[in-house]
Amino acid sequence: MNAPLPTRRDEAWRYADLKALEPVWAKLTGPEQITVPAGETVSRQIAELPVIDGVGMIDLDVTIGDKATFILHVLAHNADYGRIHVKATLGNGSHFELGGAILGSGKQTLEIVTETIHAEPNATSNQVVRSVLADTATGSFLGRINVARHAQKTDAAQSVKSMLLDRGATANAKPELEIFADDVKCAHGATVGELNKQALFYMASRGIDPVTAKKLMLQAFIADAFVSLEDDAARDGIEGKALEVLEGLS
Amino acid sequence: MTISTGVTHRLKNFELKRNQMLKIENLHATVGDTEILKGLSLEINAGEIHAIMGPNGAGKSTLAYALGGRPGYEATEGSASFDGQDLLDMDPHERAAAGIFLGFQYPVEIPGVSNLQFLRESLNAQRAVRGEEALNGAEFIKLAKEKAALLKMDMDMLKRAVNVGFSGGEKKRNEMVQMGILDPKLAILDETDSGLDIDALRTVGSGINAIMRKPDKAVLLITHYQRLLDEVKPDFVHVLAAGRIVKTGGPELAMQLEEEGYEAIAEAA
Ligand SMILES: Nc1ncnc2c1ncn2[C@@H]1O[C@H](COP(=O)(O)OP(=O)(O)O)[C@@H](O)[C@H]1O
Ligand SMILES: [Mg+2]
Repeated sequence: MNAPLPTRRDEAWRYADLKALEPVWAKLTGPEQITVPAGETVSRQIAELPVIDGVGMIDLDVTIGDKATFILHVLAHNADYGRIHVKATLGNGSHFELGGAILGSGKQTLEIVTETIHAEPNATSNQVVRSVLADTATGSFLGRINVARHAQKTDAAQSVKSMLLDRGATANAKPELEIFADDVKCAHGATVGELNKQALFYMASRGIDPVTAKKLMLQAFIADAFVSLEDDAARDGIEGKALEVLEGLS
Repeated sequence: MTISTGVTHRLKNFELKRNQMLKIENLHATVGDTEILKGLSLEINAGEIHAIMGPNGAGKSTLAYALGGRPGYEATEGSASFDGQDLLDMDPHERAAAGIFLGFQYPVEIPGVSNLQFLRESLNAQRAVRGEEALNGAEFIKLAKEKAALLKMDMDMLKRAVNVGFSGGEKKRNEMVQMGILDPKLAILDETDSGLDIDALRTVGSGINAIMRKPDKAVLLITHYQRLLDEVKPDFVHVLAAGRIVKTGGPELAMQLEEEGYEAIAEAA
């Protein structure tokens, strides 16, 4: 990759771990190009990042054809610095679905960065990201949505929720909307919270030990990111991996 | 002479202790920096139903939480034992496994966790501590159906997330379904009657009787009103005011409270 190393002034890299990135920057190849032909559906799950020297990068450039659907489920966890970047360009009447979980502990910096380009009318996108962060980990979601002037009837939704398990953990959520059409729905919500103490006591009062109670609540919390994955085996695969990582967080 | 008296005395004590379940002595408890319970004593034997009544803010919920071990409700003085074990020394989930059930005044919502999953985890966690085998899915569903029917609760509601979107009355009935499934020795029910209409009150009342009116079980009913006590007849009624039990009597005391109000009785005591 010949491009110069990004800086924090680049909006899409403002929460990145550039120090970790620098030594591997030259080894990175460009984005993987994915084209979903008109009318077709492609579903992809990424449960592990490919890691070089502690840095795990996924970079996808997806072109979604007319009336086509791209469904992506990702798990950001296995890297000191992990970044999943997805640029999705939507054709007329197409759909982009993203379900992502960021599960960080120690000093990890993990992020999901999306650019959703509603280039044509009648397309829909839905992005659900859940982060669980322990110790001094940082988890970030940056989601830019561009709606072109003639992309009427666009419906673009983002739901981003983060759960901080320790005082030192950090969650960033940054939606960025650039909308040039006027008949558009863009719903987005972001919350940051911690485990509900009342619910933990309620569970304890029924006999559930603290470790199991925490596990049940986190499991329920991240499940939102995977409900859109209809194939049971595929969902069990990536959600199962997520649960395994969660157990290591407590 | 002296010796034989001593023996008789000890035997009597033994008789009493055999079915003693809960013994609270001079309990003081603080919430934050404020002392709420100020030397509360109470004994409950197996087979008994005790009602605690008292004005708002008297410390009724604090007593329930302190017995359940809720973080932030700290016992600073006195003791509480359950089946001879030091209750205050146990973690909340251990108290549940020992056989204590807390019916919440405000049951908590747990989004994303179904009632059935929650209850199966709870029951099997308790059974594991007691060295009993876990119930399998089919056995558990059978039990859940039976207890839901007892409380006239639709099984579909038990498939939904814990208390999420439940009305006040449904939450209270759900508490009783949970009690039925977990089958505790001692139920501490904090205003289980509030938020119930007349029919629901009857259902809940007969549920409590069916589940808990047994020689080896006991109930501590916290309530504001006489009406639940028409359904679940208490053996003892206590008045809690300003962090202490100021008067104890039989069912007639509840009637007297209804007629004369707490203040008159608390002052006379
Ligand atoms: N979490 C809390 N923080 C501070 N004060 C509390 C808290 N919970 C209860 N209290 C106070 O403790 C007293 C007793 O409350 P509570 O036990 O709920 O009474 P009751 O259930 O009898 O109405 C009240 O004065 C109440 O304001
Ligand atoms: Mg109360």
